Amino acid sequence: MSDFRVQHASWSSRIGTTIVVLAFVAFAAAPWWADRANLRLLSEIFAYVALASLWNLLAGYAGLVSVGQQAYVGLGAYVLFGLAMLAGVHPLAAIPLAGIAAAIVALPVAALIFRLRGHYFAIGTWVVAEVFRLLAAQTTALDGGSGTSLPAAVVVSIASSRQMREFTIYWIALAQVAVVLFAIVWLLRSRYGLALTAIRDNELGARSNGVDVARIKYCVYVAVAFGTAMVGALIFLQKIRISPDTAFSVNDWTAFVIFITVIGGIGRIEGPIIGTVIFFLLRQTLADLGAIYLLILGVVAIAVMLKAPKGLWGLIADRYGWQVFPLERRLVINKR
Amino acid sequence: MEWLNTILQGILLGGLYAMFAAGLSLIFGVMRLVNIAHGDLIVLAAYVALVATQTLGINPIVSLIVVVPVMAAIGYVLQRGLLNRTLGDDLLPPLLVTFGLSVIIQNGLLEIFTADSVKLNAGAVEIQSIAVGGGLALGVLPLIQFALAIAVIGGLQWLFYRTALGRAFRATSDDQSVAQLMGLNNAHVFGLAMALSLAIVAVAGVLLAVRANFDPSMGPARLIFGFEAVIIGGLGSMWGTLAGGIIIGVAQAIGAQIDPGWNLLAGHIAFLIVLAIRPQGLFPKVHG
Repeated sequence: MSDFRVQHASWSSRIGTTIVVLAFVAFAAAPWWADRANLRLLSEIFAYVALASLWNLLAGYAGLVSVGQQAYVGLGAYVLFGLAMLAGVHPLAAIPLAGIAAAIVALPVAALIFRLRGHYFAIGTWVVAEVFRLLAAQTTALDGGSGTSLPAAVVVSIASSRQMREFTIYWIALAQVAVVLFAIVWLLRSRYGLALTAIRDNELGARSNGVDVARIKYCVYVAVAFGTAMVGALIFLQKIRISPDTAFSVNDWTAFVIFITVIGGIGRIEGPIIGTVIFFLLRQTLADLGAIYLLILGVVAIAVMLKAPKGLWGLIADRYGWQVFPLERRLVINKR
Repeated sequence: MEWLNTILQGILLGGLYAMFAAGLSLIFGVMRLVNIAHGDLIVLAAYVALVATQTLGINPIVSLIVVVPVMAAIGYVLQRGLLNRTLGDDLLPPLLVTFGLSVIIQNGLLEIFTADSVKLNAGAVEIQSIAVGGGLALGVLPLIQFALAIAVIGGLQWLFYRTALGRAFRATSDDQSVAQLMGLNNAHVFGLAMALSLAIVAVAGVLLAVRANFDPSMGPARLIFGFEAVIIGGLGSMWGTLAGGIIIGVAQAIGAQIDPGWNLLAGHIAFLIVLAIRPQGLFPKVHG
């Protein structure tokens, strides 16, 4: 029986993984070669890669198209602010706690909105985000609708010097995106990844082959909420200021994330990375246009969805068969 | 007495929400498409009415003569030119394309009309009311709004079950390929369904614009109210959407009476409660 094995890596994934690892080493050393503005930009890029990768896992693989992930970005951020300001928890320790809190909240939320089929699930996720936003606006302990700022004492507790604080937050942002990408690669290589890929390609087929589709979707939803909340917590720890409208912004945390993933390539782990690079290149050149910029982004995303539904990376992968991460499954006969 | 008044106002507001819901429900019924841009199209209709009243110098209610055909035409073109290409077994394309459309409409309106909120002035009718005894009075405008909602839903019901077009809608809803075999042009039928949906959106948009201030960012909330009314009423039931709209309207009115901050929250909570205890809605008809 054991005269064959499954091989994940290919020549392109060896090159790709090497480049990714080298990039991470270079980014880890960024505090020594980049200035403050670029460090900030890089941590923002990392946050979007992480958010888009998580949304991609949810929508691209598990088929759960959510337009309400801002619910968990905002929830994570608010839990961090609440713990740090009201309970005196160290802000860095509050980041994982924000993730755990979001996962606990996601358990009953998922049970409720999973009752909505297909398309209506999407709008259901939006209702949840609205409810969270309105509840945050009613939280008088954190100054309700007008929002609040982290007190200086909390900010100083991250690190005493401003430079060290910026470095710390930058490294955590880098670590977050590394962990998210690594976890997704690991998940997709496991038997659950096989099930998820099967769901992505054909849900009915997956079910008839014995995949417990409902349970896997439930687990993915909760896990994505966990990750999204931690990313959200760090984003607002860096911003220092929070308000319901920024923390639960559908444009910032869902529209951008969806456009990034669709343009880069939905249902492929490389998609969100490519998409984020394109998104920030566009933003650096078109940011002055204001509302027009979002409009252009919407048009591009619709055009990609209609003309190249697998996104930019989908085109590349179909044409050349490349993969950056060792994910494919190829049977190799063992030589005796 | 104050509570009775609150509930009455909520019921009348529910008529407006039922109209948001009717267009959404129609589209889903005929082609299984959930239009995420629905709320933004309502706001677009309000701005079309704004331009119509300003350039033609007519009353907003009269402007319906212009706004309804304009929105219906937009609907037909949108469906034939864009949305028909997204239909199929895959859920992603219609959701993402209508989501993109929502962002485009919102930011387009923002660019043209700025974020300042505006309101349409319908004249004396806005402040008139009819005393119904016991110290209660009902505004003429909310009553018109409610009557229009009933007329729209009754008209849809009649259209669906008494006309050839309704038969075509029901046929494509039941089985698209058989409908096509029977000589229906599905692409055209879908275009007509979207045109009809946006004609209803036009009425809802004008009423929204007369009722209160509006700005480009308020579309998504309208989508959500309409969606909640559809789910509470039960998929595919037209009169159910009216009941759903009324429940949302009354819940919001009661919430606002308790604490202004609970206005919208109370409506969402009513929806979540129905979802928890009766996920198929109050009057379910089709299984989506």
